[in-house]
Amino acid sequence: MPVLDDYKGQTPAWCPGCGNFSILKTFKDAVVELGFEPHQLMVVSGIGQAAKFPHYMKCNTFNGLHGRALPVATGIRLANHGLIVAAVAGDGDCYGEGGNHLVHAMRRNVNVKLFVHNNQVYGLTKGQASPTTSEGTVTKNQPLGVFSEQLNPMALAVALDCSFVARGFSGDQKHLKSLVQEAFNHKGFSLVDILQPCVSFNKVNTHEWYRQRVYHMEAGHDPTDRVKAFERALEWGNRIPLGVIYKNNRPVFEERFPMLQESVLVRQSLDPGKLAGILKEFY
Amino acid sequence: MAGEVQQDVYSVGNVDYSIKIGGEAGQGIQTVGDALSRVFARAGYHVFTHQDYESRVRGGHNFYQVRVSDKAVSASRSKIDILVAFDKESIELHAAELSDQGKIIYDADALKQKHEGLHYLDIPFTALASEHGGSSIMANTVATGAVLGMLGMEMDIFLHIIRETFHKKGEEIIRQNTATALAGYDVAVKQCISCSFSAPERSEPKMLIAGVDAVGLGAVASGCKFYAAYPMTPSTGIMNYLAGKEQEYGIVLEQAEDEIAAINMTIGASFAGVRAMTASSGGGFALMVEGLSLAGMTETPVVIGLAQRPGPATGLPTRTEQGELQFLISAGHGEFPRVIFAPGDPEQAVHLTHRAFDLAEKYQIPAFIVFDQYLGDAQWTYRELDLKKLVNVDYRLRADVLKDVSVYKRYAYAENGVSPLAVPGDSKHLVVADSDEHDEEGHIIEDAETRNRMVLKRLHQKIPHIRQEIMPPLRYGAETPDVVLIGWGSTYGIMKEAVDLLSDTRAAAMLHFSELWPFPGINGFDYISFIKNAGKVICVEQNATGQFARLMKAETGLEMTSGIYRFDGRPFTVEDLLGEIHACLG
Repeated sequence: MPVLDDYKGQTPAWCPGCGNFSILKTFKDAVVELGFEPHQLMVVSGIGQAAKFPHYMKCNTFNGLHGRALPVATGIRLANHGLIVAAVAGDGDCYGEGGNHLVHAMRRNVNVKLFVHNNQVYGLTKGQASPTTSEGTVTKNQPLGVFSEQLNPMALAVALDCSFVARGFSGDQKHLKSLVQEAFNHKGFSLVDILQPCVSFNKVNTHEWYRQRVYHMEAGHDPTDRVKAFERALEWGNRIPLGVIYKNNRPVFEERFPMLQESVLVRQSLDPGKLAGILKEFY
Repeated sequence: MAGEVQQDVYSVGNVDYSIKIGGEAGQGIQTVGDALSRVFARAGYHVFTHQDYESRVRGGHNFYQVRVSDKAVSASRSKIDILVAFDKESIELHAAELSDQGKIIYDADALKQKHEGLHYLDIPFTALASEHGGSSIMANTVATGAVLGMLGMEMDIFLHIIRETFHKKGEEIIRQNTATALAGYDVAVKQCISCSFSAPERSEPKMLIAGVDAVGLGAVASGCKFYAAYPMTPSTGIMNYLAGKEQEYGIVLEQAEDEIAAINMTIGASFAGVRAMTASSGGGFALMVEGLSLAGMTETPVVIGLAQRPGPATGLPTRTEQGELQFLISAGHGEFPRVIFAPGDPEQAVHLTHRAFDLAEKYQIPAFIVFDQYLGDAQWTYRELDLKKLVNVDYRLRADVLKDVSVYKRYAYAENGVSPLAVPGDSKHLVVADSDEHDEEGHIIEDAETRNRMVLKRLHQKIPHIRQEIMPPLRYGAETPDVVLIGWGSTYGIMKEAVDLLSDTRAAAMLHFSELWPFPGINGFDYISFIKNAGKVICVEQNATGQFARLMKAETGLEMTSGIYRFDGRPFTVEDLLGEIHACLG
């Protein structure tokens, strides 16, 4: 069985007090409890503060380009669906630069677990508005305030029939851990949006701001009811729901490929004898 | 069908006919062209075909040109012997291309116009199709039968092809098509009294293969297991070919949401341990450039097909150009090694695609197979292709080897710059890749010393080894020529024919570069002296600025004496190129 020390990675270069620390700790606890060995796990990321995450883990890692974690993760899952594949991204990375990939990853329903560290601001580039920054917020680059409406990732995901849609909060580790584990246990593409404060650049949506608004959805919420889930996804402002908003059991993308039924692609090699007839169609 | 064949100066064999099928998109031009070229190839003739089409599914003007000969052919000619005109425009545009003995076959009823004169042959495609097949849809079959009748060919092969094509649709459809084919044939035989065509002697069947299929075939034979792409003309043919092979050969094929996703999926699949490829054209490849640089930094093997078309921007989407060479050599932010192959014909496309897969994995770099619409769509004939020569070497570290490895570092320093490429999940060893500058383990670094060592490893230490893999250009023609044609990629066939014709009067040769980057050295063949010793050196390219000529100058200091640059999106024909060469020679 794995122990926490197996996942001891590099020293994080995040700002002191960053919400990422508790997400990292929670994530490690969650995967250790799930019994994942580091070599069985692949964490894919793009660029941003959140995207440094896998370096602070200790597991297979592909830290690629800004916005591009999901297509890389999709390629990895198709080549080896025996690996447990997670993608970690920030709100700018995933909802901005990689928005198109997110839409299509949800459509495909590739069995990748996506954890979005959503602090409603750009951290790495120092304080610009992100797609989830509230309308009207003034930043150095948006001195007249943000004109665009805030993106609602939960509503987007429910609208696209995403297989697993949940929201957590970095300040509620116990609950977040259960969400991470539930996402890993779910079959299908899973989006866990994790609200977190940015201590350096977001002076509005602070730890306290979130703490006053978030609540655990009551036990009676039925995450398989898509219409109810959509209503829940639209809740934002004074009350922000945490928990599994929506889930379904759509077929998993990888399982639809007949050539992946018998074994993972990476263990299949070309039998040169099979090439014998390949020229026939050209005669 | 007896009669002397009038040989013109450009014919290379005893029999050398060009057949052009023209009409609107959707009229079945391709069906007729494909059927004729398949019949000719099966009869053992040498065939070359090329296509000219517009970016539309219906209407417009398109043509399909088939050259058939009893000698090897590798380009199209300007002179047409048989023009199959499915619309008025085909006659207006192409009647002037007719050779002295040439014939235009058309359906006067369908075109609502009657042409008089020896060159015209009215064959009621539609009426015969309705009469013998019960449907005007079979007009194409009538036209195909008619051309075979004019050439005096036997019908057995075509009738066999009809049976193969329609066997799933039942006996009645086969019978109807057979009847219409024979009706077209009989009418042509009866009416083409003044025809002087005679079919070449039949021999062993040949295979007929297009450039895009050859790239796809090369990928399958290389053990490609993953292909992601976004459809874009003229690269889509590779995806079409592989889609037809995915079940049989266990290839996962995914149509990505965009080219950015396509290359990132390809990189992901390769990182996870399978041979992976993507391809695109022009703007689609431009979108991939960010990912290309990622492959360079993470040292992930990827094969990228680039089917060029005229740019900038959308350009001429269905036409041909060699306009991406300079772009390709420097595409991607930052400095990293790559190899670039540009096949001259489908046979080279198979072998170079295989070499691209091999070198991409051996050196953990991106490898390109670059061609263009012309070569992609053009079909060539071969007696056979020897696939046994294509041996696949697995350069990855898998479970069996990894179990005996005590310490694994993905980017471990190595004398030749090539670090061990382990399959993640195959052992307890962790595989870490990073687009940031990284240490031997793959984790982010900022320090200057590691940066320097990694650039050395990734770039400078690999390049001398990669360079040694690159073959010199192919010489064809005279050993001590006074005129040399130089080109790369798809102009191979046309330059070869030009050299054959020039050789009647002077010492001519061709240097064809199919391995472009790293730029070939002179080990094995001192092509630089070869060029210097020739009086006239003419660079032939399908672009506006002589991109290869500039590359040659940058890499070797050599300057060509002249350049023939075509950038109208159309390929050279034999006559076009010879005319241009004579103009250069003065």
